[in-house]
Amino acid sequence: MAEIVRRPHLQNFIDWSADKPEVVVLTADLTNSCEVGPWRDTYPERYFSMGMAEQNMMGFAAGLAREGFEPWLHTFAVFLYRRPLDQLLMSVAYPALPVRLIGFLPGVTTPGGVTHQAIDDLAVLRAVPNLTILSTGDATEVESVLDVIHAQPGPVYVRMLRGEMPRLFPQSEPFTLGRARELGPDHSAYGPDHVLVLTEGICTEEAMRALPAVRERGVQVRHLHISTLKPFDDPTVLDALAAAGGGVITMENHLRTGGLGSAVAEVMADAGIPTRLVRLGLDDTYAHGASQGHLLAEYGLDAAALVRAVEWLTGEPLGITAEDLTELRVADVHSTAKAEAL
Amino acid sequence: MEPDLDRMAAIAHGIRRRVLEHTLKNNGGYMSQACSAAELLAACYGGAIRMAQVEQPYEPPPFTAVPAPGVEPLSGAVVHGPSSPEADRFIISPAHYALVVYAALIETGRLAEHALEQFNADGSTIEMIGAEHSPGFETTTGSLSQALSQAGGIALARRLKGHTGRTWVFLSDGEFQEGQTWEAVQALAHHQVTGVRVIVDVNQAQCDGPMEDVMRIEPLADRIRAFGASVDVVDGHDLTALTEAMDRESDKPHFVLAYTDPVRGLPLLEQRRPVLHYLRFISEDEKAAYADAYAELAGRSL
Repeated sequence: MAEIVRRPHLQNFIDWSADKPEVVVLTADLTNSCEVGPWRDTYPERYFSMGMAEQNMMGFAAGLAREGFEPWLHTFAVFLYRRPLDQLLMSVAYPALPVRLIGFLPGVTTPGGVTHQAIDDLAVLRAVPNLTILSTGDATEVESVLDVIHAQPGPVYVRMLRGEMPRLFPQSEPFTLGRARELGPDHSAYGPDHVLVLTEGICTEEAMRALPAVRERGVQVRHLHISTLKPFDDPTVLDALAAAGGGVITMENHLRTGGLGSAVAEVMADAGIPTRLVRLGLDDTYAHGASQGHLLAEYGLDAAALVRAVEWLTGEPLGITAEDLTELRVADVHSTAKAEAL
Repeated sequence: MEPDLDRMAAIAHGIRRRVLEHTLKNNGGYMSQACSAAELLAACYGGAIRMAQVEQPYEPPPFTAVPAPGVEPLSGAVVHGPSSPEADRFIISPAHYALVVYAALIETGRLAEHALEQFNADGSTIEMIGAEHSPGFETTTGSLSQALSQAGGIALARRLKGHTGRTWVFLSDGEFQEGQTWEAVQALAHHQVTGVRVIVDVNQAQCDGPMEDVMRIEPLADRIRAFGASVDVVDGHDLTALTEAMDRESDKPHFVLAYTDPVRGLPLLEQRRPVLHYLRFISEDEKAAYADAYAELAGRSL
């Protein structure tokens, strides 16, 4: 059972900002929903409410960045790249300005339905030159991603988690740019036919639920958690792909198109790695409003879906039941940790 | 300091002459924009905007690279002289006015005389649609309506830093068709970003033709005032009225709506109505007529 952390960003971002006067926050009417209401009350002189007008917010952020400030835009992810995409590209990304796009509600982490679910952000934004793309998978990454973002001279987009979340990774192992996290037991003795699983965001927790049972049944599975989506050049990932003769599975809180699975496919094709690749993600479909657990199961992004993918790759039924899957946590849709109804 | 209206008039004349000369030599150009904005840009570069002096006309370097993280970019703002807390900034929004901007910079000794020979040439920074490596451009605004928001951020930052210089934006009237422009006016008023001052070439013409037919924006002054900014409406060819309006004190973001005639100074262009956006000669006879017009305007043949 993992430790459950409640709203780690809220106080951590306040503390982290104390000695960084250049950090300013811009919001678009989702201040408490993005856990920066207390930040606003702590630093009112460097908080700017931009209203429901994201195109203009992108431009103001660009102007502030040109003058030496570091704007941290807090809103729902969909509102950072869908409506203001041209502004993101021309006002922010082309001039490579240090604007920080903190995108909440990645993928199906919200019951808000299609309008609020950023299932296509990686596909859209991986095609934006100069932009760094990150994804958080637990409380430790939500906390430690701030330093990674701050160190980038150019613009950064991050899939941010809010509310209650597990701490999957020790705080002594912070988010590191371009470095995959090695999870699971020692894999050094794995044979050439082992399977490699790559996951991002909340799908990592799902994989950590599934893989102990899979390994107990004798399948050798290596697991890497991916938190830097762009640039996607981690040599550990390339080596792991080349070594996984039994096949590769990607699982992401995103469309099968254009995200982690696509990035992996590109690397494999470039390197000529002749291994089967199973990409788990939303399959050319929008989602709808329902709980995270329900949607992960419906679209095949949960622990059980990963088990099925391993079975398909190995050709062997594993006989794993729902009870065999590790309970990392029980998500509560009506948790008091929810910032708002949305 | 009193504006030097005679010098501004000479600059305006030079802008029309240079753009027409370029249009003749290249069989095409943004001529109506020169006719409408000549006095307006002459006022901007002729002293109404308080930009620093430059030591010598800028020799535009060849294009090297697009911006990238951690790389010091080439900035077209160098022609505005050294930036300082006191100096005004000047941001061009309609980047397709580049030819007119370059002509104005040459007329005011900020850009090398021969720079227009590199206009739209491969490997040159004197691009047809200016980007931020092009002389006179601080930002990349060829996708219209994005400059005002960026200027808002710059002016907000300058207020936080205690700068006294103003941040000017040159807008075209078509940009008021874009929702972002209104988002920007709303935000400038809400946050009282009075450091932003805007001058608009209201030439009532856009790519498809007269704005009245394409998409009406009037009553523009009333609309902008209703959004919380102050507005002066002037004849955009009257340098006295222009400079007075640009200097007007205001406790709000201030907009100068310069109503202009897109064929002013070149009556021949009247024949091209209703579509004036870009002039490309359709016959040798027409080109010869413009050559005659040039001789009249310049006092000499090309």
